[in-house]
Amino acid sequence: MTRETIRGRRPGEVLGRLALHAATTVTLAYIVLPLVLVVWLSFMADEIMTVPPEGYSLRWYAVAWGQAQLRDGFLTSLWVALAATALGLLITVPASFALARARFIGREALLQLLMSPLIVPGIVIGASIYVFLVQAEIATGLPLSGSSWGLVVAHLLLTVPWCVRLVTANLVGVNRSVEEAALSLGASPLVTALTVTLPMIWPGLVAAAVFGFVVSFGNIEVSLFLVAPGQITLPIAILQYLQWKIDPTIAAVSVVQIALIGLALVATSRITNLGKVV
Amino acid sequence: MAGVRIDGLAKRYEAVTAVEGVSLDVRDGEFLVLLGPSGCGKTTTLRMVAGFVAPSAGRVEIGARDVTHEPPYRRNIGLVFQNYALFPHLSVEENVAFGLRRRGVPEAAIRTRVAAALARVKLDGFGARLPRALSGGQQQRVAIARAIVIEPDVLLLDEPLSNLDAQLRHDVRAELRLLQTELGITTIMVTHDQDEAMSVGDRLVVMARGRVQQVGTPADIYRRPRNRFVASFIGRANFFAGRAEAGGFVTASGLRLPAPDLPPGADTLMIRPEAVTLVAQGAEGLPATIETATYLGAGWEVDLRLSTGERLSVVTPAGDRAWQPGQALAARIDPALGVGLHGDV
Repeated sequence: MTRETIRGRRPGEVLGRLALHAATTVTLAYIVLPLVLVVWLSFMADEIMTVPPEGYSLRWYAVAWGQAQLRDGFLTSLWVALAATALGLLITVPASFALARARFIGREALLQLLMSPLIVPGIVIGASIYVFLVQAEIATGLPLSGSSWGLVVAHLLLTVPWCVRLVTANLVGVNRSVEEAALSLGASPLVTALTVTLPMIWPGLVAAAVFGFVVSFGNIEVSLFLVAPGQITLPIAILQYLQWKIDPTIAAVSVVQIALIGLALVATSRITNLGKVV
Repeated sequence: MAGVRIDGLAKRYEAVTAVEGVSLDVRDGEFLVLLGPSGCGKTTTLRMVAGFVAPSAGRVEIGARDVTHEPPYRRNIGLVFQNYALFPHLSVEENVAFGLRRRGVPEAAIRTRVAAALARVKLDGFGARLPRALSGGQQQRVAIARAIVIEPDVLLLDEPLSNLDAQLRHDVRAELRLLQTELGITTIMVTHDQDEAMSVGDRLVVMARGRVQQVGTPADIYRRPRNRFVASFIGRANFFAGRAEAGGFVTASGLRLPAPDLPPGADTLMIRPEAVTLVAQGAEGLPATIETATYLGAGWEVDLRLSTGERLSVVTPAGDRAWQPGQALAARIDPALGVGLHGDV
């Protein structure tokens, strides 16, 4: 921008623009700064964070991978999140068809029910499921509490609301004429759903899967009561590690986690237009 | 190939009746057009034939088969929508092949038939493209190819040209009519555009408020509209209130108009704007003054005020004369072209 154009504007306008830039910068910094600091910390050579650091190294990544607790936590979180996402989609896609297409009594109630895990505090969900599993274990004699399936079931409550929201919103946006064209050409409703509707909303399905995965992978409060020795999720493993030691190992783990989720989001936005789908 | 028989079809919703007592016989190979203003029930009727709306009463037969309770996918219909409704994730070829695949047609036959259908709509060479890479007119041609390739018993067209711009609409409409004639396929089209309806339809069905107002050839309906609604919806019309008398019609103001063949009891006389000839002042005719005159190239649109007070809209060929507001002249009404109507339907 040249001086002339700046001088040509009213002072209030210039001030307004400056205020906007300042607010944007502060907000952005507020969001990005913790991420930057964590990444920075993970490469510091010192055991205790010092600024400026005495040197840089990758040793904390090696240390992190060497910690069985963290490594297993990562793998547990990964499979729990994948299972909860897959099951969540399996449940919510048919449910979303009903919600988006059919008009039936209790439709609104069903939608609210599927969305309700969002408004119940995670710690309450975790505790309730734990109590339920213990009671069920006493009643049936099956080893339920502390099984990893209990964890998956609990995480299902995290993925379902996201999947319902995204899949329903995408289904509502589908041009019904296209489905009707398929029906007129001899496709049954099921064939129409599989060959026409689902391919049309697949960006929404991908987005639902990514969001479900991210929410499940990073969750701590629902998992808190449900983990057992040998199957601790990554966030809880980090929490436990922090209870007796503070060093950049956790920063390294976090960077791996951030990178993983970031990659998933970038990949999603490459194949779909996330801004449009969500 | 098959005709379509619609018998006493009705669709009633809680508060409104969308369609009531519609009975139509569409002959094998006929091009029938359902025409009317929005909300007249034409689309609901078409959707009942297609099977997307369950009738409250009545029957639909395609061929000799009662399909009233059959779902759309067992009716063997070809459907073309206003918004094309192509499968966005499938190539043009796969769009056209869709219905054949559902019917288990062998792969080799699918290829041949898809190619033939695309050639028929002049889209050879476009098979590999995705629908969004095509223009609106091309997309609608793909939709037509997709509908005819399955050799449906009846082709249903729901405002197929409304999304196209004027020139294209004209072209696609001519192609559509040609295609329909060549294939001899029974066709029902819905439109609100009377020019479109007149240009393609063997017969028109004029609908209003859920009911059929008149069924007939375009010429029939234009020249002998059954009621005031049909007369004003198809083309323009002048209406005079009054009563029929021997060999003529007397308007409320006492003006006597020649009209030989009026049905007894007619209380309205309808005169088309082109049934009036403008002649010089003093010549035989009704004395009148020009209120507005609009030059339209091929002709003039002239609004007259008769000396008895009535207004009369006239369309007259351009010729050498120029017409001006305020000009006094005489209007001569062709007595054979007046139509007597009953009641204010």
